[in-house]
Formats: sequence, C-alpha cells, structure tokens
Amino acid sequence: MKEFKNFTMNFGPQHPAAHGVLRLVLQMEGEVIKNADPHIGLLHRATEKLAESKPYNQSIGYMDRLDYVSMMCNEHAYVLAIEKLLDIDIPVRAKYIRVMFDEITRVLNHLLWLGAHALDIGAMSVFLYAFREREDLMDCYEAVSGTRMHATYYRPGGVARDLPSKMPTYEKSSLKDKKELEELNYNRNGSLLDFLKDFTHRFPNCIDEYENLLTDNRIWKQRTVGIGVVEQSRAIELGFTGPMLRGSGVPWDLRKKQPYEVYDKMDFDVPIGKTGDSYDRYLVRIEELRQSNRIIKQCIEWLNKNPGPTMIDDAKIAPPDRDSMKEEMESLIHHFKIFTEGYCVPKGEVYSAVEAPKGEFGIYMISDGANKPYRLKIRAPGFAHLAALNEMCTGHMLSDVVTVIGTQDIVFGEIDR
Amino acid sequence: MQAIIAKHLKGDYKFENNSDIITIIVKKDSLLDILSELKNNKVLLFNQLTDICGIDYSLFGKAEWKTTEATSTGYSRGIKPSSHGRIKFGDNIQQEDIKNRFCVAYHLLSITKNIRIRIKVYLDKEPLIMPSVTKLWSSADWYEREAFDLFGILFEGHPDLRRLLTDYGFIGYPFRKDFPLIGNIQIRYDPELKKIIQEPVDIQPRVLVPKVIRGNKE
Repeated sequence: MKEFKNFTMNFGPQHPAAHGVLRLVLQMEGEVIKNADPHIGLLHRATEKLAESKPYNQSIGYMDRLDYVSMMCNEHAYVLAIEKLLDIDIPVRAKYIRVMFDEITRVLNHLLWLGAHALDIGAMSVFLYAFREREDLMDCYEAVSGTRMHATYYRPGGVARDLPSKMPTYEKSSLKDKKELEELNYNRNGSLLDFLKDFTHRFPNCIDEYENLLTDNRIWKQRTVGIGVVEQSRAIELGFTGPMLRGSGVPWDLRKKQPYEVYDKMDFDVPIGKTGDSYDRYLVRIEELRQSNRIIKQCIEWLNKNPGPTMIDDAKIAPPDRDSMKEEMESLIHHFKIFTEGYCVPKGEVYSAVEAPKGEFGIYMISDGANKPYRLKIRAPGFAHLAALNEMCTGHMLSDVVTVIGTQDIVFGEIDR
Repeated sequence: MQAIIAKHLKGDYKFENNSDIITIIVKKDSLLDILSELKNNKVLLFNQLTDICGIDYSLFGKAEWKTTEATSTGYSRGIKPSSHGRIKFGDNIQQEDIKNRFCVAYHLLSITKNIRIRIKVYLDKEPLIMPSVTKLWSSADWYEREAFDLFGILFEGHPDLRRLLTDYGFIGYPFRKDFPLIGNIQIRYDPELKKIIQEPVDIQPRVLVPKVIRGNKE
C-alpha cells in the first residue's frame, strides 16, 4: 500500500467558500486536517485609524462597512458609545426604530448566512429562497436611508429621519403590464410599517420553507451533525459570542442580559443548542429568525401608535432642520459648526456592546475631549470565532473546513477591519 | 460592585475613577497574578476575555488648533505637523519622552455573574514587553498578535507571535500615532516589468478637519 506523507495545502484567498478573502494554510494528512492556519488581513483598511482622523459623525459610514451584512448593528454600537460619552438620552421613538432595524438586520444577516452556508455545502435552492426575502428588507433599508446596504441611518442622538409615511412603489415601464405592476405593488400602497407588517405575516411561512429544505434533509445532516463541535467551557474560553456560544448551550444574549434601548420591553426567547455542533448552530439561527420576527411585530405595533421626535433636541449634536436653517442665524451657525468641525466629546473612555447577529460587537472608545475619537477599538465577534478555526477543524476532513467556515458566519469586513 | 472586587481581589492594583465600567490599573509585573485571580476566584469568575486593545497615548489631549484665545491675527491656526494625518513615512517628528506612552487594555466579562471589568497596564519605553495571557484565555492568541502587529508590543510566552493584519513583509507599527495615515508603500502592477511592484506612496498627507478640544474644564 502506498504511504501518504503530510503535505501543506493552500486554501484561498480567492475561493468561493472562503466567504471573502481568507487564506488558509492547511497541514494535511491524506484528507484529514492536522493544522489550519488562517492568514487574514487581506481586507484590512485600518478603519480604527481612519476614525481617529475624522470627526465622530463622519465615521458612522465606516461602521456599515465592517460587517457588511449586518450594517445597522455596527452603527448601533458606535453611536451608543458616543451617546454614553456625551451622556445623552435619545427619544423613545428612536429607540424603537433602532430595535426594529437591529432585528431587520439580524434577519438580513441570518438569511445571507443561511443561503451561503447551504450553498457551500451543496444545496443551491435555499440561496434563492433566502435572497427573495432579503430583497424586501433591503427595500426597507432603502426607504429609510436611501441606500440598500450602507445606510448611515443611526446618528448620535437618534436616527437620521423618521420612518417614511409612504413606501416607494415600482414604477411603470414598458416591460411590465398593469396587472404585473399591481402584483408587485400590492403591499407597497401604505407606509413602511404597513409593508413590514405584511412581511412579518409572510415571513414565518418562508422560514418553514427553508426548514423544509434543510432541517430533516439527510445530506444536510450528514454534513453538519457532529462537525465543528465546541464544548460549553471551551466556547466561553475561546471568546465565542452570539449564536456560536448559544449553539454550545450557554444562555447568553446581551439583549437579555445587558439590555440596551428598549429590549427589556420586548417579549422574545433566546434559543440555545445542546451539542455545540454545526447543526445546532443552524437550528439556533433559524429560531432567532422567528424571534426577530416577533420583535419586529412588537415594534411595528408600538411605532404605529406613538408618533414623536426621532432625534434629540440639542443643537450642538443634531443638525437643525432645513427650514430653520434658511431663516434663523443660530441654526445656520449650528449647521456650519456641526458639519465643519463636529462636536467635542468629554474626556473619558467607554465600552459599548450590542448583540449583533454574529455575536458581541463592541466599541471601545477613548476620547481626549476633542472632536475626533482618540482611539477606537472595534471588537468584532467574527475575529474570535475565526481564531478558533484551527481548533474546530483539526481532525476533520477537508470538505468540513467549508462547513466550519460557514457555521462561524465569517465576514471579512469586520475581521480585518 | 467595586466594593466586591476590592474585597475579593488581592494584589497590587488601583481603581480608576470616572469610567463606564470598573477599571483597574495594574503594574506589568503583577498582571498575570491579578488576571488569574480574576478568572479563577469563585465570586468573580471572569471567564471570558472579550478584547485586548493597544493604545498609544503620545498625542493625548494635544489639539492642532488653539480655540480659546483670539489674538490680533485671529484664531491661531498653528498647525504642528505632528498628527498622523499630516506626516509622511520617515518624517522625524520630535517626540517628547512621554511617560506611560503605551497602554494595553484588557476587557473581561463574567458570563456567570454578568459583569465586565477593564484592566489597564501602562508601558514606558522600548522594549515593550508584556506577559502573555494565552495560557489563561485561548482567545488572547489573536488579540495579542494584533496588538503586536499594530503597536509593536511584544508578548512574552505567546506561542506564535507573528503579524496578523498587515501584509507579509510590512515595516513599521501602523497604529502608533507617529505612523502616517497615508501609509508607507503602495502596490501596483507594472506593465513593463510585468510584475507587481511596491513603491513609496505618492499621495500627499492632508487633514480636512483639524483636531480641536473645546469645553473641557479640568
């Protein structure tokens, strides 16, 4: 019989299953992984250093580009840090809007994860289903912020603008006849909240569809059950957060344990896994989709009943509205100062963390009293997860590396920063 | 909370006031003892290391634009070419000998007790050597590599201290305040040599908004 020797294999950085630019140097024995060394940094943009050279508000857009599939959650941690330093409280309506969009973001993230994970393992159709729903939520992003992904919607002191009273509709074109147009627009005749309400009614059935395709699927189970098992104590030690930690059976969720905004008023459950393998993490994330849907419903109900301001009434932090700027000298000066110089934030340091879809997304911000952060450290959940890739892969086959990368929900925007 | 920690945590440390979470300042030599006490103490149980962050304090509290006194020449726009947005690689900026220039901040989380704590260690001069905490928390591995990569802080006892985020063969410690924002080298494809080449950056450093400090009463 022929003897096999250990050999080294290069995986990536351009590999469709690497979820971006991950280079893995794998020590193989036959088809079994002996050691996996991730080389990261190919998407390093020095976001933290760039933020040090810009006034606070100009870096919100960079936060979108960190974890570029859960944009608003990143902004959330950043603006929370600034608000903590400034010691301000934001209007309740803005809090509800933020919670609602955090959950929309979670659904967006988990849908992309589900599609991509299934695609990596070999199930093509889930991807198409997941992106169908993603499109609707992207439209919500666009309706409030003007962009489909990189919203820059959360601002220190609230959100950039109130929810639109009219959902944008599809317009006439030579390619669509009247009937088609009506079908496309059937849920777009009301406000954004009406559109979302319709979505939350449809969405549980959509989750059932995904589950039909995967949960009891023989191939899916063969590829995920028992792959990448992390014990409870190891998961904590390795710095895991979010579904990675809950999949291992630790009931830890910042929304419950250290509630921010109005999460303490929300009624939802935190699912946890048992065995800590890829299949359990899949089940946890699927359940999170359902729970997020519940939270969105509660927010819609509250927001429909309670109109009000969505931005703090403080001219030093929030820009004045356009009308008063045209007429009042004070507003004009405030507008000028906010956009040319920004606002100075009191000396101090804060750590603010939110439960982003991937785990604990934290911002450690140090201010020396200037109009720019002195130091900004981004604590990305994926960073700790990827660091454990070696431990999770060792002993598995080469094809399981793809499963493990998928189950970790890796996005390089936040890992490389 | 601070009282509980003061009661159960023995060793050489002091509390820093006016922080959002409990912050203690520790000397480098007693760091490992304090951290393992924090991790293993049955009352505290800080079982997760959330983050390690390097900090360079060399420009702390130094504004680029004086805002308080107006003179006969108007507001001073005396721009000192010291901020990292205005310098080029290799510029010799006069650095005063700053005491406690570098700092490493550890964020710990106790999942069982639901509390956070921050531990700060100040470092004086090169060589910047810290004890590694990888033996206490496995998650420290990459965080320490990152701090080494970006700040040049060495971690004694780390199993594999390599650069993490920057390119292979990168020179310098990019997150120090004396490293220019525009960077050092740029990479492009040279059609004549038919290969990828590295050359010094050709963009000019610029700052759109100067750093100002207002309204801080000491």
